[in-house]
Amino acid sequence: MKKILRILALLIVLATSITWLATGANRGWTKTSVQVKTLDEVTGIEGITYQKKFLPGVDFLAVAFGGATALFAASFLFRKPNTKSNQTNN
Amino acid sequence: MKLTHIIPLVSLATAVYAAPQSFDFKDPKGVNNAVFKLDAPLESVNGSANGITGTVSFDPENPAATTGKIVVAAESLTVPNPMQKEHLHGANWLDVTKYPEITFEAKSLANVKTDANTTTADATGTFTLHGVSKDITVPIKLTYLKDKLSARVPNLNGDLLVIRANFNINREDFNIQKGQYEDKVSPTIDLSLSIAGASPAK
Repeated sequence: MKKILRILALLIVLATSITWLATGANRGWTKTSVQVKTLDEVTGIEGITYQKKFLPGVDFLAVAFGGATALFAASFLFRKPNTKSNQTNN
Repeated sequence: MKLTHIIPLVSLATAVYAAPQSFDFKDPKGVNNAVFKLDAPLESVNGSANGITGTVSFDPENPAATTGKIVVAAESLTVPNPMQKEHLHGANWLDVTKYPEITFEAKSLANVKTDANTTTADATGTFTLHGVSKDITVPIKLTYLKDKLSARVPNLNGDLLVIRANFNINREDFNIQKGQYEDKVSPTIDLSLSIAGASPAK
């Protein structure tokens, strides 16, 4: 169990870091849409629309790293099976 | 009376009696927008609104007489972060359910300068936000595009009027979290308006 929790924590850190880097390493808040600007050639006005896109920010990293730390800490609650004492008893 | 005397008189009479045109700023193309920005420690809060309506009375022969009212639907204010948007619309900030409109009613223009089809001026009027009305003066730029409506809306002849304005307001003047969260969200809100109105030919 101890090993599983530690591997899970490592996987969370790696997965969120890769996702964050792959989506542009946004150092602001997490966004669920991005602005798309289009130029109206007649008036010269830049129109703004929003396109749905998940862009993880530092809050996303913080939550993921927090979760990973909790899993890692929880792994210390499980002791290694005491094989030596078991062998002595037998 | 000679013909050379009559022509200037007719031109003068036309100029004096030319009726101002009414421009409708309801935009079916959804291009008209108001952009807002508030500084914040991690990242500035940037958003926009496109629910814009209103009418402006503009006389190409006398831009100084321009008046009108622009209305922004508070519900149309959008930011890319869903939680920020929820807070922005909520009762503690803009309370869009109780105060559904943000308006600016221009009453007079000063420092009017016209160059070809472009006029710059300082517009004084009443700005209403969060149920609070305050008289403010904002620099504006008007661009009159004669006979350009058909280029934007096929089969419809008429003129276009583009209005641009960049100014800032203090949220505390409009009772938006007065004295609160100043370290987290700047009290100054930068606003930028880019809108085009249509005046179909009659």
